Amino acid sequence: MDVGPRLKAWKPRSNHQMVVCIHYSTDFEVHRNWLAITHSLPISQWYYEATSEWTLDYPPFFAWFEYILSHVAKYFDQEMLNVHNLNYSSSRTLLFQRFSVIFTDILFVYAVHECCKCIGGKKVGKELTEKPKFILSVLLLWNFGLLIVDHIHFQYNGFLFGLMLLSIARLFQKRHMEGAFLFAVLLHFKHIYLYVAPAYGVYLLRSYCFTANKSDGSIRWNSFSFVRVISLGLVVFLVSALSLGPFLALNQLPQVFSRLFPFKRGLCHAYWAPNFWALYNALDKVLSVIGLKLKFLDPNKIPKASMTSGLVQQFQHTVLPSVTPLATLICTLIAILPSIFCLWFKPQGPRGFLRCLILCALSSFMFGWHVHEKAILLAILPMSLLSVGKAGDASVFLILTTTGHYSLFPLLFTAPELPIKILLMLLFTIYSISSLKTLFRKEKPLFNWMETFYLLGLGPLEVCCEFVFPLTSWKLKYPFIPLLLTSVYCAVGITYAWFKLYVSVLIDPPVVKTKKQ
Amino acid sequence: MEKWYLMTIVVLIGLTVRWTVSLNSYSGAGKPPMFGDYEAQRHWQEITFNLPVKQWYFNSSDNNLQYWGLDYPPLTAYHSLLCAYVAKFINADWIALHTSRGYESQAHKLFMRSTVLIADLLIYIPAVVLYCCCLKEISTKKKIANVLCILLYPGLILIDYGHFQYNSVSLGFALWGVLGVSCDWDLLGSLAFCLAINYKQMELYHSLPFFCFLLGKCFKKGLKGKGFVLLVKLACTVVASFILCWLPFFTEREQTLQVLRRLFPVDRGLFEDKVANIWCSFNVLLKIKDILPRHIQLIMRPVCLVLSDIPFMSTWFLLVSTFSMLPLLLKDELLMPSVVTTMAFFIACVTFFSIFEKTSEEELQLKSFSISVRKYLPCFTFLSRIIQYLFLISVITMVLLTLMTVTLDPPQKLPDLFSVLVCFVSCLNFLFFLVYFNIIIMWDSQNGRNQKKIS
Repeated sequence: MDVGPRLKAWKPRSNHQMVVCIHYSTDFEVHRNWLAITHSLPISQWYYEATSEWTLDYPPFFAWFEYILSHVAKYFDQEMLNVHNLNYSSSRTLLFQRFSVIFTDILFVYAVHECCKCIGGKKVGKELTEKPKFILSVLLLWNFGLLIVDHIHFQYNGFLFGLMLLSIARLFQKRHMEGAFLFAVLLHFKHIYLYVAPAYGVYLLRSYCFTANKSDGSIRWNSFSFVRVISLGLVVFLVSALSLGPFLALNQLPQVFSRLFPFKRGLCHAYWAPNFWALYNALDKVLSVIGLKLKFLDPNKIPKASMTSGLVQQFQHTVLPSVTPLATLICTLIAILPSIFCLWFKPQGPRGFLRCLILCALSSFMFGWHVHEKAILLAILPMSLLSVGKAGDASVFLILTTTGHYSLFPLLFTAPELPIKILLMLLFTIYSISSLKTLFRKEKPLFNWMETFYLLGLGPLEVCCEFVFPLTSWKLKYPFIPLLLTSVYCAVGITYAWFKLYVSVLIDPPVVKTKKQ
Repeated sequence: MEKWYLMTIVVLIGLTVRWTVSLNSYSGAGKPPMFGDYEAQRHWQEITFNLPVKQWYFNSSDNNLQYWGLDYPPLTAYHSLLCAYVAKFINADWIALHTSRGYESQAHKLFMRSTVLIADLLIYIPAVVLYCCCLKEISTKKKIANVLCILLYPGLILIDYGHFQYNSVSLGFALWGVLGVSCDWDLLGSLAFCLAINYKQMELYHSLPFFCFLLGKCFKKGLKGKGFVLLVKLACTVVASFILCWLPFFTEREQTLQVLRRLFPVDRGLFEDKVANIWCSFNVLLKIKDILPRHIQLIMRPVCLVLSDIPFMSTWFLLVSTFSMLPLLLKDELLMPSVVTTMAFFIACVTFFSIFEKTSEEELQLKSFSISVRKYLPCFTFLSRIIQYLFLISVITMVLLTLMTVTLDPPQKLPDLFSVLVCFVSCLNFLFFLVYFNIIIMWDSQNGRNQKKIS
């Protein structure tokens, strides 16, 4: 496992440099604005600045990261660092931004390398391409979602996921303090990772602070180590102090939090993330249409603004009860509780932690408030680590990944990007399915007929939405139908994968042996 | 084949790289009044769609031959006509007579790039896949790796999808021709090759080996029996295909002559075509591999021996061929795709063919040569070392020159300094390859047919 995989690790990145000059999404302007804010203004202004609509809504470490980047940026194009240069997009600016993503991906590559070291997996054949480590490295480095979101749509998820994967790897390697530290740092880079914080918290408490178990696997209360708890707490506290300290001193914490957690946005994003609420909305729509047709509902009482008009505002449901942020929070908590309980009562070491993490991420995706479809990557990337271990996990992974990746298609909607997204999606899907099938060829088939049928249905769906629909007359009357169809179809798949994973976690027998740490 | 999904993945990678390169600039983008090859192709669609066939190659008020007049054989013209019909369906402004000159838009660029991709997908890529599948005595994995490396060859991608041309069509047809004749489908093979010649007259460079090979086959079968029948059939196929392509132009002598004048402009300089010729001939020659039957090696030996599996030299050569086009690529603002595709190609070759482990004398087919030299110079044991050093020097020179061309401005008195240096360095490399291939040919032919078939 020497030169080959490392060289292969390089290959995918080189492709990205060619997509440098194509797409200009709003995220470019967002990050340009943040470069400008952090470079030109003092810290006290960072979370108050509102010249542009894209205000700073990530935690302070990310702001510092943009600050450091801005010092490199000034050698590319000084103009981009002017806060008033709204929508400034010279070619040098774009070049700098794209290269910064590629450069920061180095951390992601390193994290993948560390994760591959931790994965044992079956040894099917002597071929390099059939080793689990190789398959895992390709699945992570060539991940379609990450490629699309980071390098075409433009974000910095590569290095953030690198941090997360690195912290997971450290926990696998039993370097718990480092793992905790990395996760704490990650939280202060992007607070979306709060979704998986319960998994970390419970695992560290249960498996690190309690140093030994009884013979049947249950908790041994007297093995509680105060030293460990306190050191963990100290790490988290220090990191948070470093991050939020300056803003606490300036009495700006409420402002910072209001920026970080804007609850004024609607239940769903403009394009519904394929979660439970997408199905809920669709059901509501169907019922209201039926209700109108059967004259159960009064057309005058229905709110004019529909949830499908594509704007990010708050709307009411017509037939089913409306959903409040509190309701989503409760649903999410209920959804993650069983996995947390499993992690506490039948710990299975790092693997159990990983499953719980994935379930937390998925459950938050399923029931969260104003979830963005990109959040599915939070579940897909860690799931890759499990996929090369067991056939059952591989099957769930493939359904989740294929559906999740397909749901990202609406992010790229221009004509030049159409071949790219289709080609890359095909590449990743064919590779992942064929390599995992080969890896687990001695076990029962990965998919049953229903799942195969569902996955194959994505092809005709894509053809209908992107090729057939624009040529029909419905395009003007109901322009949201492709998005709705995509959202609902993917929601079905993702819900199914979530359910299947949950079942496999709940019915897994606990590991019965004394663990000494 | 058992690894069909790997082959699919490799083809998809090839397509992805192609489309990604096509998102970049094309030749003559935004540069009136002449623009570039992209405008030439668009103009040909305009001409072939709006004017009757008899006027395509003639100078007239509607067809100014000075502005990108048609100078490829009729098949290119028919291809342009086909594209023009599609263009008319989407947006007639793209090919409106006179008014569409210099037409540039995102939608039009998308359309033009798609035509290249579709032509590639239909003609060139299947030929490459089938060709590699027919290679003998190598494992399936090596065949797939072969496809990948051929599909990743930067020169063709950059010229077709960057600069903008349809080389993949003529190369694809030529490759089909090679496949046909080596699988004993001589008629289909010669038909394919005729189509290649009728698409781009450059393919005439490869016609001689083809002709010799087929003639040899006829001789082998005996000129008094089956051989003669084959000869007649081949002649009929060639004549028929030419007549079919040139039919509208055979009605009048003046038509035929005018087309020939456009195809072979003897008053034009040689330099314009120099780069393309070299990479084209060598490139395709290198693709024909050991699938040809042994008994023909007497005639095809020069080609065969040049083309047997010497991954180190082939990779080196293909890198130089891409580098030689640097001035052109820089003019089209294709530096980034050039660098990236070259790196990807190099990494693919290194990974899959382990080229750096195949630099021994035997791997480079220089064993018999060095044995002969050692008769006079017993200490001549460092040939492969020399070659490795030469490779290093060559690569360093190419990288340095690229960096210099990109970052520095040439001195005022010598504005073409860097282009000339690039040409000079490439020429030196090509001369080296010429010597190398000649050495192989001469020394191995002395060895007779006893050398083992190298896979």
